[in-house]
Amino acid sequence: MAKVQMPPRREMGVLLEIRNLKVEATVYSPGENPRDVTIVDGVSLALKRGKVLGLIGESGAGKSTIGLSSMGYGRGGVRITGGEVLLNGRDILKGGVQGLRRVRGSEVCYVAQSAAAAFNPAHRLMGQVVEAALLHGTATKAEAEKRAVALFTKLRLPDPKSIGYRYPHQVSGGQLQRVMTAMALCSEPDLIVFDEPTTALDVTTQIEVLAAIKDAIRDNGVAALYITHDLAVVTQVSDEIIVLRDGKMVEHGETRQIIEAPRMDYTKALVSVRSIEHEEKEPTPKPLLSVRNVTAAYGGGAVKVLQDVSVDVHSGQTLAVVGESGSGKSTLARVITGLLPPIAGSITFASRTLARRLADRSRDDLRELQMIYQMADVAMNPRQTVGTIIGRPLEFYFGMRGRERDKRVAELLDEIEMGKGFIDRYPAELSGGQKQRVCIARALAAKPKLIICDEVTSALDPLVADGILKLLLRLQKIEDVGYLFITHDLATVKAIADSIAVMYRGEVVRHGSKTQVLTPPFDAYTDLLLSSVPEMEVGWLESAIKGRRMESAGN
Amino acid sequence: MLNFKRIPLGAWIGLILTGLLMICALLAPWIAPYGNGEIVGDVWEPMSWTHWLGTDNLGRDLLSRMLYGARITIFISAMATALSFSLGAMLGFMAAVVGGLLDMLMSRIVDLLMAIPTLIFGLVVLSVLPANNLTLILVMGILSSTRVYRLSSAVAADINAMDFVEAARLRGERLGWIIFREILPNALSPLVAELGLRFIFSVLFLSALSYLGLGVQPPEADWGGMVMENKDGIVFGIPAALIPAAAIAALAISVNLVADWVLTRTTSFKGGRD
Amino acid sequence: MLVNSPLVRLIAQRVGLGILLLFAVSGLIFAGTQILPGDVAQSILGQAATPEAVANLRRELGLNDPAIVRYFQWLGGVITGDLGTALTTRQEITVTLMPRLWNTLFLAFWAAVVSIPLAIMLGLLAVRYRNGPIDKAISGFALASISLPEFFIGYLLILFLAVKLQWFPSISTVYDGIPFVEKLKAIVLPVIALVLSVLAHMMRMTRAAILNVMQSAYIETAELKGLSALDIIRKHAFPNAIAPIINVVMLNMAYLVVGVVVVEVIFVYPGMGQYLVDHVVKRDVPVVQAVGLIFAAVYIGLNIVADVAAILANPRLRHPK
Repeated sequence: MAKVQMPPRREMGVLLEIRNLKVEATVYSPGENPRDVTIVDGVSLALKRGKVLGLIGESGAGKSTIGLSSMGYGRGGVRITGGEVLLNGRDILKGGVQGLRRVRGSEVCYVAQSAAAAFNPAHRLMGQVVEAALLHGTATKAEAEKRAVALFTKLRLPDPKSIGYRYPHQVSGGQLQRVMTAMALCSEPDLIVFDEPTTALDVTTQIEVLAAIKDAIRDNGVAALYITHDLAVVTQVSDEIIVLRDGKMVEHGETRQIIEAPRMDYTKALVSVRSIEHEEKEPTPKPLLSVRNVTAAYGGGAVKVLQDVSVDVHSGQTLAVVGESGSGKSTLARVITGLLPPIAGSITFASRTLARRLADRSRDDLRELQMIYQMADVAMNPRQTVGTIIGRPLEFYFGMRGRERDKRVAELLDEIEMGKGFIDRYPAELSGGQKQRVCIARALAAKPKLIICDEVTSALDPLVADGILKLLLRLQKIEDVGYLFITHDLATVKAIADSIAVMYRGEVVRHGSKTQVLTPPFDAYTDLLLSSVPEMEVGWLESAIKGRRMESAGN
Repeated sequence: MLNFKRIPLGAWIGLILTGLLMICALLAPWIAPYGNGEIVGDVWEPMSWTHWLGTDNLGRDLLSRMLYGARITIFISAMATALSFSLGAMLGFMAAVVGGLLDMLMSRIVDLLMAIPTLIFGLVVLSVLPANNLTLILVMGILSSTRVYRLSSAVAADINAMDFVEAARLRGERLGWIIFREILPNALSPLVAELGLRFIFSVLFLSALSYLGLGVQPPEADWGGMVMENKDGIVFGIPAALIPAAAIAALAISVNLVADWVLTRTTSFKGGRD
Repeated sequence: MLVNSPLVRLIAQRVGLGILLLFAVSGLIFAGTQILPGDVAQSILGQAATPEAVANLRRELGLNDPAIVRYFQWLGGVITGDLGTALTTRQEITVTLMPRLWNTLFLAFWAAVVSIPLAIMLGLLAVRYRNGPIDKAISGFALASISLPEFFIGYLLILFLAVKLQWFPSISTVYDGIPFVEKLKAIVLPVIALVLSVLAHMMRMTRAAILNVMQSAYIETAELKGLSALDIIRKHAFPNAIAPIINVVMLNMAYLVVGVVVVEVIFVYPGMGQYLVDHVVKRDVPVVQAVGLIFAAVYIGLNIVADVAAILANPRLRHPK
């Protein structure tokens, strides 16, 4: 219907043009009057037919908002208050509700970050995949279903003929993400908005979905807006990149130019993230922490989550424990801290054998072994001030009181590059990076020999995470503290580790110095893992797919 | 600190009305124009300057009865609420923090008690227990404590699962510190709101029992009992029974307004100063 | 459907658990009438009673047997449909109870017929105009009506609709062979009182259930496919909202059944509630036990229906991996 009135396709013409977009939202914060904030301000962009434009930025940069504006949609009280969105030459913002409905699902389709939530749990997949095509009359039911099966095949979904008859919960996350891509392609739109489609996936799954999406875009000649916070991912799929920050455009250019010769300082910082200088240290003759043949299970031995795990951490050095979700890396931390007593094996720490249960450990054992968490905001009591949070270990372990304690708190705040002014603040009044710094100070206050860092940078934006990593390395030099650094992010591992343990399904599959672990020959899983981490390099995806030896772990 | 300008209108109305009724209850013997049981006029006299609210079914001054009634209504409800809270919150917190067998056993008992509607079980028990105010307080308090137990154990279990409590455990803190310094400050707001709701429940429960003739026994009368005393006037168009009924409603609504306000403050809670 | 599918197993489990709970509750109700320290017979008859009278009553109540024996005798009777004999009237409880049970169910049925569609409609309205004046008015009304005692509503209705306007009788008299229309007219006021007492709560919960569904990501997906508002509600929201709504309705029906007790007394309606209250005052323990158990059974039954509805509507359980 809508397509009949359209001007004939000009293959190289401009498909989408956004001019001077302004988006606002009303914020209701407790105890204050509602106020309007500007989320996107004066952004303009143009996208040619069949091209892919990457939108990149940290959280709050407005990238999803811009993507959704190409469908005339504002999420949760967000309003487009200024500018034009020209699609196929028409301003879709002027077409009214009916006009928007004709555009959505036929000219522009959307792929969400979490396909698991974006599919209706009450309906089979096929009905949902062909729904938009039937609604807009672009195909009959039989045609649409045939097309869907072809797309399932193209996207390398297992059992493409019958997968459509399953319910969303019967299909894995990585597969669901591909089904959602098929759903977007099924109504043969001119433009697809991909909103962080691989962010929720494990790294070995991500690469396959990414490759499938890239092929599908190319073969169908559809244009795409690809939204992500990961520069390495966007490099693989887009022709051009726009860098956004706080709702404004920072830089716009060809993909190669952005990553190889960025012009703006902010872009340069994003590109050079994780290029931390860290010299690998030689292992000491006697490890600080030695985990020997540990096996652990939940449910009284029913579900084994760790199998015969052995790792060493050396004094003043960093062991990175790397693995995907379900690999048992966080369980290892729980076992070492005594929260989950192992059913076999032993843990030696600072030449003492640690008791299995937390309750049986001496106060010195507890003090010398500290922990930092992924989510800094729930790792601190919201009802305590920074002074109390950092001061409590000083009171508890060293009996410091009053002025002596306050002096030491101030010193620690200095060490984490936050001034004395923060001493009376509550956690809610700190930024994400500051919160994590306070958690670091709390751990340092105990004068530990070893700190377990559980995904401490995963919840942070790349630049903030970078600052935290640099701080941790600096503190390691000063305090001579060892880190057991749990992460799923290999870039972080490469940046800070002295030795590495790779975990897979509850077992350590590779353990040694950083150079040893990262030098071939690899075992199958390490090879898969290493080859799956996107690099900031045009053409990496194709070569990586070619060189893979093992099928993805998840799917 | 509490900012008076930020208290919404509804909460103000609630606070003032609740305060007023509390003052009436406290000062009843001094501000009541007549005695509680004193017969001062004809049956069901209309409102007049001598009897502001008229007289009741026996010719007693209704205003004076209302003031004394406020006293007993609020006293019994408050005592029952206090009992339900100390019992429910204490056991709930223990169950959440200690966990294990204790948690399971108590939760099953509470499930069982909650499987019978409160009013019905209340009636069953009152059919054999001696009719006095202590019985009322005990029965209402214990039955109501099941809800407090559910809430406090759920809230405490939520907080207990947070990383900052785990951090305190890893530090080696004792149970006392964990309950009183880590969990309690964060559980306070929902519990205070629940306190209001439990009080309303007690008021309505007591009124219903007294209305049914099973609550406060004559010659004493709470508001629910006064509704019962005067209910026969309704068919003759005499609204005396509606006055204590309206007073119960006013008390419940005003406490509800306050609780509602505390609750919205809770849901918008992110810690820090307030 | 296969007998050993997890769905059937889960429902069987829930129903089995409900029956187990019912037995436990019968024990609790029985125990509830034994908690009095000292002699029940003495306290029923009062201090002035002669020792012979007390001894007679003791024998009649079977108090000379241990409590556990009496419990199983009572339970055995209940299962075979014999609820025992009333102390005060010497009549068989089952005989007196049945017509009253029907009266109560009749009243509750009409209250449900009125309140359920009304609550769902108002709930939908509140969601449709969320945070607008209608929504605010509805939630204000909800707050008020949760705080109002039933007798306040009841006597207001009597005063205005029965005494002043004389539209309906102030006392809901029903008798054997009463014409159906007369019977309906007699219960109008108690039905209104009951509806008002459950409506607000049911509406608020319906609103929350629908809002929860409407804020799901798959509703956004449907919107971004270009579906009309009506289609989104019909095809995507409704199938997911139906279970929580049934759940809400059933929980409120359970609440309604309890509300019946006070409302029946207000309107002097010859149902179970009034029967219960009368005999609590007279300390007629066998009647109180029997009626209490029936109320609890209805309450538990409705709760089971609510849970089973939730299980049935969950696609994860209907279509396991």
